[in-house]
Formats: sequence, structure tokens, C-alpha cells
Amino acid sequence: MESPVSGIVPAQPAVELHDVARHFGRFAALRGITADFAAGRLHVLLGENGAGKSTLLRVMAGLLAPTRGTVRVLGATTQREVATRFGYMGHAPLLYDELSAMENLAYFASLYGIHDDLRCAEAIRTVGLDPKLERRVGQYSQGMRQRISLARAIVHQPELLFLDEPFSNVDVGSARQMTTLLADMRDAGTTIFVVTHQAALMESVADECMVLEAGRMVAREKGIPERMLSPYAMEARA
Amino acid sequence: MSATPTLWSITRRSLAKDLRLEWRSKDAINSMLFFALLVVVIFSFGFDPTAEESRRIAGGLLWVAVLFATVVALNQTWTRELRNQVLDAYRLSPAPPQALFLSKTIGNFLFVAILEVLMVPLFVVFYNLRSVGPVWQLLVVALLATWALVVNGTFFAALSIRTRSREIMLPLILFPISIPALLAMVDATTSILTGDNSPYFWMRLLAVYDVVFTAVSLLLFEPVLNAE
Repeated sequence: MESPVSGIVPAQPAVELHDVARHFGRFAALRGITADFAAGRLHVLLGENGAGKSTLLRVMAGLLAPTRGTVRVLGATTQREVATRFGYMGHAPLLYDELSAMENLAYFASLYGIHDDLRCAEAIRTVGLDPKLERRVGQYSQGMRQRISLARAIVHQPELLFLDEPFSNVDVGSARQMTTLLADMRDAGTTIFVVTHQAALMESVADECMVLEAGRMVAREKGIPERMLSPYAMEARA
Repeated sequence: MSATPTLWSITRRSLAKDLRLEWRSKDAINSMLFFALLVVVIFSFGFDPTAEESRRIAGGLLWVAVLFATVVALNQTWTRELRNQVLDAYRLSPAPPQALFLSKTIGNFLFVAILEVLMVPLFVVFYNLRSVGPVWQLLVVALLATWALVVNGTFFAALSIRTRSREIMLPLILFPISIPALLAMVDATTSILTGDNSPYFWMRLLAVYDVVFTAVSLLLFEPVLNAE
């Protein structure tokens, strides 16, 4: 395996990538990424806009098929086989604007065979919101929508979680709450992937970070090194 | 409580969600009603038929109005799934893709049926209609014809959601493929209204069309849903 890992020995990988490439027409968003990601860890993906972070997350979640290479998630090559075992939070909230938070969660939970309003209410409380809020999600602030989106991703208690920019438009206090929640989930055994530009938020909880550049994984390190905490770290490296 | 999501349970849940969304937004039903009403009124100004002529042309006018109005509703059906990329959440879940298709089709069937219930009295008034054949046959034709329109329409609307000009693409794909069904529904309706011919051949054709297209759409929906 050709991977610039420093001191990380993956055991029982949650996700295995072998020579994964993804092209959009003539544009190569991912260029032959090979890596194993250990289970029960919090992995942070960093990189500039257009580096391929979101594409990699979508490929791992099965929303995009790789143009080349293989992806194994929780031991399965088809994400549908393990659909009940992972959750995904995307750039967009993946919620219906015309429904309330509870209505949204009740519907999405039912897709996983969960018909338990208490569990939905608990997921909403977990992200710091009130399940009794009757307002429609379309009337929520961007930060609240992000948090409900996280609640949707965790309502079926997945063992693997893919989060794409979970802190965008979220105030600092709420972002800290979300970080603590992610750390608790990781401590309980959940494998978490976080794509973010706000590396400093993840500094205290990240087990490792990967840096993507032009579709390639150019660095992979334990925790988040100090040089990567600055939003201009990538620029400085160049 | 966690249980394996079944086709029927997800269909019911998704249908209930769609009805709730439509009740709150009224996107589809308002635009359908407005469009259908326009067609009826414009046609009534364009023609001044006798009762006998009305019986001969009403079938065609009614189903053309319903077809155009259905296209308006079909475009709305999937647009709300694209907003906030909600469709991705469904694709990631273990829920059967066919359940989403069935719920959308049944939802559209209900919307179009409501439209027909509101349109028929207008047709009767504007065109001074009185059926020579039995009314229950009209009811059977309406059920079979509505299903034929929405099952095809829902499938092809899903097929065209990721195209840039989907509002234009849908009728371009849907109309040619609906010609056998349109022919059958217009001829069956005209046969019943005039009492000249037996409508049974056309009704059987509609039933076969419904069965074939429902089966084909259910079989092909999964790759359509997961197409990038």
C-alpha cells in the first residue's frame, strides 16, 4: 500500500480504498487513492476547495461510483449491503423544508425500519435542539438545519458516519457541542469521517487527518498537526 | 422499534409524506387545476358544438386537458426530492427503491383523480354533455386511463430529473410512449359517450398497457434512481 502514513497501523479497517479514481468527464476529481481507515477512529479530511474531499466522501458512501478502483465499506463492496450501518450528512441538509424536524426524522427513521418517535426526539435533543419545535425546517437558521441534518444521519445509530462540512454556518458554541458529540460517539465505537475547513475545531478530538490535493492524498498524520490548523496552512505549505 | 423496512410500509410512509407536503405547499394541485381550467375554457370558446358533436369530441378534449395538467404535476413530483438533495437520503437508506416509485405513482394518481373529479362537472356544463352509455364504464375507463398516464409519467419524470431542461424533456419522452394509451382512453370514452361502439376492446388495451408499464417501471426504477 502506497500511503504517506506516519505511525498509524490500521486494524480491522472500516473503509478500504484501492486505487480509487473518479472522473467527471475529463476532470479527474480523485486520482488513484489507496488507503485503509481503522474502525472506531475519527478521521478528518482536509484540503482546499476542489481537492476532492466531498467526492471521496460520496464515493465512500456509495452516492458516486468510482471510475476506477475498489471501495470496501464495513467489509462490503456494495454500500447497499451495509446501508443500515452507516450514516451520511452532506453539503445540502437532505431534509424537506415543508416538514418539521420531528416529521423529517420520523420519515427518515422509517426508511430504516424505525417507527419510534422517542428515538427521533432523542436524536434531536442530542444535537441540542427541541423536538417540540413545530416550525418547518425551511424556517430554521442554517445552523439549526445543519444540526437537524446531523440528527437525521445518526437517528439509526450507525457504526460509521460520513460528515461533509458539518460545521459550516454553525456558531462556535454549537460547533463545540457537535464536536463533543462526535468525540462521544467515537469513544462509543463509531467510526467517523469529517470533511472540514475548520481543522481547529477537530484538533482535540481527531485521531488522524488526511490532506487531499488535486485528487491525491498527499499527507496522512496522527491527530491534526499544528501547521494544518491555520486556514492558510495549505497555502503556506505551497 | 427497529424492523426491516418492507415495500408496503415504506410506500405508505412515503405516500403520507408526499400528501402532507402537497397539502402544505399545494404546488402540484394548484398548477394542475389552473392549467386544466384554462384548457377547458379556451376550448369552450373555440368550439360551439351541438350535444351530439360534444359527445364525439369530449373524450379527446378531456384527456388532452388531463394529459397536459398531469405533466405539470409530474414535474413537481421529483423537483421537491431534488431540493436539498433529499433524494440522496433515500438512496442511502435500505428502503426498497420500488417503494418510492409506487408512493409517487399513487400520489400522482390521487392528484389527477381529484383534478378529474373537479373537471368533469365543468365539461358537462360547458359542453352540455350527457352519456348514452353506462356511467360506470366511464368510471372504469377513468381509473385505467389515469393509472396509465401517471405510471408512465412518474417513471419518465424520474428518468429526466437530472437533465438540464427536464420540463421540456418529460413531454418529449412521455407523449410518444403514451400514444397507445391515449388512443385507447379517447376511443373508449367516445364509445361510451356516444353509445355507437363497444368500449371493451379499448378498456382491455388500457388494462394490458397498465400492467405492462407498471411491471417494466418497477423493474427498471432502481437503476434510474441511482443514475448519476
